[in-house]
Amino acid sequence: MIKVHKLVKRFGLKPVLRGLDFEVKKGEFVGLIGPNGAGKTTFLRILSSLSRPSLGMVKVAGFHLPAQAAAVRNSLGVLSHQPLLYGDLTAEENLQFYGRLYGVTNLDSRISEVLDLVGLSARRRDLVRTYSRGMQQRLSIGRAVIHDPQLLLLDEPYTGLDQDAGAMLDTILKSVTSQGRTVVMTSHDLVRISDLASRFDVLSRGKIAASTQREDIPQDGLLGFYRHAIESKQESTKLEAANVK
Amino acid sequence: MSNEIKAHVRVSNQRPTFWRAVSAIVRKDLASERRSRELFSAMAMFALLVILIFNFALEMDAGTRASVTSGVLWVTFSFAGTLGLNRSMAVEKDRGCLDGLLLAPVDRSVIYFGKAIGNLLFMFVVEAFVLPIYTIFYNINVFHPGLILVIILGSIGYVALGTMLAAMVVQARTRDILLPIILFPVMLPLIIAAVKASSAFLQGLDMEFIWPSLNILISFDLIFIGLSYMLFDFVVEE
Repeated sequence: MIKVHKLVKRFGLKPVLRGLDFEVKKGEFVGLIGPNGAGKTTFLRILSSLSRPSLGMVKVAGFHLPAQAAAVRNSLGVLSHQPLLYGDLTAEENLQFYGRLYGVTNLDSRISEVLDLVGLSARRRDLVRTYSRGMQQRLSIGRAVIHDPQLLLLDEPYTGLDQDAGAMLDTILKSVTSQGRTVVMTSHDLVRISDLASRFDVLSRGKIAASTQREDIPQDGLLGFYRHAIESKQESTKLEAANVK
Repeated sequence: MSNEIKAHVRVSNQRPTFWRAVSAIVRKDLASERRSRELFSAMAMFALLVILIFNFALEMDAGTRASVTSGVLWVTFSFAGTLGLNRSMAVEKDRGCLDGLLLAPVDRSVIYFGKAIGNLLFMFVVEAFVLPIYTIFYNINVFHPGLILVIILGSIGYVALGTMLAAMVVQARTRDILLPIILFPVMLPLIIAAVKASSAFLQGLDMEFIWPSLNILISFDLIFIGLSYMLFDFVVEE
C-alpha cells in the first residue's frame, strides 16, 4: 500500500527526512512513534500529498507522488489534531461538502452511516462551533472516512482530548480500522498506540531507527523498545559524526 | 452510539466534475457566510464609511462630484474588496481547512475557481448595497447599463488576481498588511481603466473614448484568470 525509498525532505538547507525507507502492506496498522522534531508530521504530509519530497521515491496505493497526487488523494483519509471542519456549518453540511468534493454518489445514506459511526446522529444539525473538542475530533473521523478510503493517515489524533474523549476515539478508531483499512498513525501516547497498532516503527532524526511487530515487542514493553531505539540512534549518530571529523 | 455498522452503505466514488466541485466550494462559502455574516458586514460597513468620509471631507459642489464620482466609487470597491479577499482565505487557513481542501482528489484550480466565484458573489452583493447609497449621497444616478458593465468587468479582474494573491500571502503572519501592499500596485492598470471607463459612461462620452479602457479591463480579466488557473497549484504548494 505504501512504498517509500530513500526519501529526503529539506526545508531550505535543513534536512528533516534523511533517506527514509518505509513500507506498509495492505491491511497493516502501523504506529509511527518518535520524539518531537523527528519528522513524523512532515512524513505524513508527504504521504498525503500536502508536501513534495525533495528526493526519493514515494508510492501510495499504487500511485507515484507527487506525479499522481489526485489519484492518491482519492484513496486516502487524513485525520490530524486540527479537525479541518467549518465551524459555521452543521455536522451534516460539513460531511456533505467533503462528500461532494470526493464525488460520493450515495451521499445522504453515507452521511447517516458515518454520523451513526461517530455517535453524532442526534446532533447532526448543530453547528460545529458548538461542539466540544472531543465531538469535533469524532466528526473529523467521519470527514476522513466519508469516501471510504483504503488508507488512513492519523497524525496525533489524541491531541487535546480528555480521558473520556480519548477512550471514545479509541472505540471509533477500532471500528473504522476493523474494516480492513491500512492505517499509519503517529502519537506520543504509547499506551493508546500499543493498543491499536499491529506494527511499530520508531522515527528518529529523519530515519526509521527500529521496527517491530506487536508480537515481537520485548519484555520491557513498547516504552522500553522505543527508548532503546532512540538511544541506539543517538549513539550511531555520534559515531557517524566522529567518523566525519 | 452504534459502532457496529449493520448495513455498511456501499460507497461509490466518482471523481466529481470540475464545475461540480467548484459549486461545492461556492455553496459551502455561501452557507457559511449566511450564518456568520462576517464578510458581508465587514465589507459593507467599510464601504459605507469610505463613502461617508469622502462625502463630508471633500465638501464638493455638483460639478466636482460628477468628476470624482467614479474615482471614489472604485476606491470604495477596492478597499472593501481587499477586506473580503483577506478574510475569505484566512478563514480556510485559521481553521486548518485549507489542508482539507488540498486533500480533495480534484485539480487545485477547482479551489481557486470556487474561492474566486464566492469572492465575486460577495463583492457583487456589497456593490449592490453601495450603489443606491452612493446615488443618494452624491446625487448622481449610477444605475447606468454601461457603468454596471464596467463594475462587473472590474470586479472580475479584481477578484481573479486578488484571490490568487490572497492564497499566496495566507501562510504569512503579516498577511493582513501584506495583501494590500502587493495587490494594489499590480491592480493599478485595472483600477485606472475602470475609473476612466466609469467616468466616461457617467459623462455620456462616445464609445470610441470608452473602448480602450474596456479593452484593458477585458484583457486584464482574461490574462489573470488564465495565469491563476495555471499557477494556483504552485501557489498553494508547501
